[in-house]
Amino acid sequence: MDININTPLTEDITKKLHAGDFVFITGTIYTARDAAHKRMYEAIKNGENLPVDMENNIIYYMGPSPAREGRVIGSAGPTTASRMDKYAPQLLDMGLKGMIGKGKRSKEVIDAIKRNNAVYFASIGGAGALLSKSIKKSTVIAYDDLGTEAIRKLEVENFPAIVVIDCDGNNLYERN
Amino acid sequence: MREVNVDKISETIKEMCISVNHFLSDDMKNAYNNAMKTETSEIGKKILGQLKENLQIAGEDMIPICQDTGMAVIFAEIGQDVHLTGGNITDAINEGVRRGYVDGYLRKSVVNDPIIRKNTKDNTPAVIHYNIVEGDKIKFTLAPKGFGSENMSKVYMLKPADGIEGVKNAILSAVKDAGPNACPPMVIGVGIGGTFEKCAILAKKALTREAGKHSDIGYVEELEKEMLEKINELDIGPAGLGGKNTAFAVNVETYPTHIAGLPVAVNICCHVNRHITREI
Repeated sequence: MDININTPLTEDITKKLHAGDFVFITGTIYTARDAAHKRMYEAIKNGENLPVDMENNIIYYMGPSPAREGRVIGSAGPTTASRMDKYAPQLLDMGLKGMIGKGKRSKEVIDAIKRNNAVYFASIGGAGALLSKSIKKSTVIAYDDLGTEAIRKLEVENFPAIVVIDCDGNNLYERN
Repeated sequence: MREVNVDKISETIKEMCISVNHFLSDDMKNAYNNAMKTETSEIGKKILGQLKENLQIAGEDMIPICQDTGMAVIFAEIGQDVHLTGGNITDAINEGVRRGYVDGYLRKSVVNDPIIRKNTKDNTPAVIHYNIVEGDKIKFTLAPKGFGSENMSKVYMLKPADGIEGVKNAILSAVKDAGPNACPPMVIGVGIGGTFEKCAILAKKALTREAGKHSDIGYVEELEKEMLEKINELDIGPAGLGGKNTAFAVNVETYPTHIAGLPVAVNICCHVNRHITREI
């Protein structure tokens, strides 16, 4: 089923999503990958505030290639989500409702998805040129020194993704 | 003795870096077209269609096919009758990578140390494999490697008694483990024989062979065909969401080995199996 979603990603929305649904996301999402997650994890440990409020937000596991002059962003496809598995449950418990990446997730992450009525989306790996067309604005909002791994605030329009793990724990990768 | 100035090498490598990240080679385009014809899963067809559209946008708008523009792996074949002037060849290759990635708006994905992890900001250094060959030419093959699939690659030190069945199990087990993480449809490079490091280099080299071109060795060709068939029965499919096209090709390279060993390396690459060759 094709479903249009507007951010913020509230529980009213996530509870209606099922593994296998094709969604088109419009609104604000945030990027973070390995190094940004490590830094957020350390910030939480030190009792500091995070640069992004997790509540009802979506994190896109993505580090873009540089934008050419006059462009919003370069190539912008998903990275492998499992490298963020160590950090994701804590962020989900802080209100994060959606993650966009590619590939399998750990049991701990799936449990945290169920516990928090969240959802794991996949976008198509290796389709970074195509996906960049749905990104209308990109601003680095934290950890600028990390380069491609900085946290970016993205304004997206009809960004295509597929529900892989829904809030009941149904998993599109486990079909057999 | 033919003289070649190393600046020519830097300029060639720069052009190769930019070209290979925006335009997929003809063998890979053919692989996509064949997959479109054979795919029966609806979701699989839809994803293959989007991947083809992605390739078109990449070339027309000069946006890298994938944001992971890789770590530059270079096979350099240096003719023994070439005299290099103007500097050091390794520095010249890295200078080419630097210019390609900085001037070509490619992502800088290399960190200076595996533990300290500070980005070098120009994607250097490259991983370079040198070979001295006959003649007075220099041939470079560049294969920028993304790590979504690189991370799913494996080396197995099998026993001689494991034989060809052991090799088959190793390949299938690596592909199953890779699943959706490696951005299927994949290309599988396999190295059999040599030593621990030799089989890994063979597997990487195998990825640069044209998809669809088989080994000249009879049993190896059979192995490639059988493995491709078996892998495509796994129903991992495009993007790991089911379908007949889990792999585009299985390329196997072999080398003599020790009486006590049967090393096997499985180097997995995504559907963006970038490779380009230039001769100077």
